[in-house]
Amino acid sequence: MDTAQKDKSTPNTALIEAWIGNILKVGVAISAGLISLGGILYLNKYGLTGPGYATFKGEPEQLKDIHGILTSALSFHSRGIIQLGLLCLIATPIMRVLFSLGIYIKQKDALYCLITSIVLGLLTYSLMYIK
Amino acid sequence: MNTIEFTLLVGSGSILAGFVGALTGLGGGIVIVPLLTLVFGVDIRYAIGASLVSVIATSSSAASAYVKEGFSNLRVGMFLEIATTIGALSGAFLAMLLAPRFIAVIFGLALLQSAYSSWQNLKETPELKSDRLAQLLNMDSSFPSLTGIRHYHVQNIPGGFLVMLIAGALSGLLGIGSGALKVIAMDRIMKIPFKVSTTTSNFMIGVTAAASAGVYLHRGYIDPGLSLPVMLGVLLGAGTGTHFLMRSKTTSLKIIFSLVIFTIAVEMLFNAIKGKF
Repeated sequence: MDTAQKDKSTPNTALIEAWIGNILKVGVAISAGLISLGGILYLNKYGLTGPGYATFKGEPEQLKDIHGILTSALSFHSRGIIQLGLLCLIATPIMRVLFSLGIYIKQKDALYCLITSIVLGLLTYSLMYIK
Repeated sequence: MNTIEFTLLVGSGSILAGFVGALTGLGGGIVIVPLLTLVFGVDIRYAIGASLVSVIATSSSAASAYVKEGFSNLRVGMFLEIATTIGALSGAFLAMLLAPRFIAVIFGLALLQSAYSSWQNLKETPELKSDRLAQLLNMDSSFPSLTGIRHYHVQNIPGGFLVMLIAGALSGLLGIGSGALKVIAMDRIMKIPFKVSTTTSNFMIGVTAAASAGVYLHRGYIDPGLSLPVMLGVLLGAGTGTHFLMRSKTTSLKIIFSLVIFTIAVEMLFNAIKGKF
C-alpha cells in the first residue's frame, strides 16, 4: 500500500508503523530460529519416548529463570535452547513498548511518554519474577 | 503416541490456532487451551503455559503486518495496555487461589457472553461525532477499508478502559489473551470499526500475555517440548490469517468471530460441568 495516502494525525506515523512492524518481525524470527534449532536436538533425543503432560509436575529449576535458562542453553541442552527462544519471544512485545517510548520522547509527546512509561513499569514489575 | 507424533499433531492444530487467532484478534490461546486439554489430555496448567506462548507468537507475527498496513491503532492500544497489564498482574495472582475447574467455568461464561454480544451486532459501526477525551488523547485515526481509507472517531474511553481491566484479569487467570473482551470493548463500547478493533486487540494481546508470562515461567507452567510445536505452528497459521483478514468483509469476520467463541464456550462449559478439569 502507498503509505503516503494514510492520512494520520502525526506525519511520521507511517515510519513509526514500519519500524514497530520490523521490531516485531525480527524478535519473532530470532525466537523461531532458536526454537527450531532446539527442537531438532530435542526430537532427536526424546522423539521416540512418550510425551508426559497428563499430570502437572512443573519445570525443573534450570528452566524457570533467566540465569538457569542461559546456562542450560549455553551447554547446548535442547530444552534450554527452546526455552531461550521462548524468552526472546516474551521479550519481543516488551522491546516494542520500549521502542515506542523512545519515539514518543523524540516527538516530545509528553502524554504518550507517560502512558508508555506506565505500561513499561508494569511489565518490568511482572517480569521481576523471572530475574 | 511418541513425542515426534505428538509434536506433529499439536503443530498442525496450532496452525489452525494461529490462523483463527490472527483473523479474529483473539490470539491463538482460544484454540490452544481446549485443543491441548480436551483432545490431547494435557494438564490445564501446561496448556495455559503453551497458550501464553501461542498468544505472544500470534500477536507479534500478525501485528507486524497489521501495524505496517495501518490497521492497528497504536495510541488506542498503548493507552488500553495500562488497563490490561494491571488486570493481568492481579489475574496471575488470583490463579493461585482458584481451582482449574472454576477457572474453566469463568472462561466459558465470558466467551458465551462475548459470542452473543457479537452476534447481535453484525453491521459495521456508522460514522460518529468526535469525542473530547479521544481528541485530547489524539486517538482518532483512519484505516484502509475495502472501499478505501475510512476515518473514525473513538468514543467512551472510560467504559473501554474498565472492560480492559477485566479482560486483563481474565487473561492472567486463564492464560488467554482474552482478545474476545478486548475486541468487544473496542468494537461495541468505544465504537471503533471492527477490523481496527480486532487488529488493535491482536497488537495488544502480546503485551498482556508477556505481563503474565514471567509469573507462569517462574511457576514452571511453560514447557519447552510443548511450546515447540505450538510456537512454530502458530507462526505458520498467523501468516495466513493476516492475509485473509485484510481481504475479507467485516460482516464475514464478525460471523466467524462469534461462531468461534460460541463453540469454544460451549465446549469448555460442558467439560467443566462433567468435571474433566
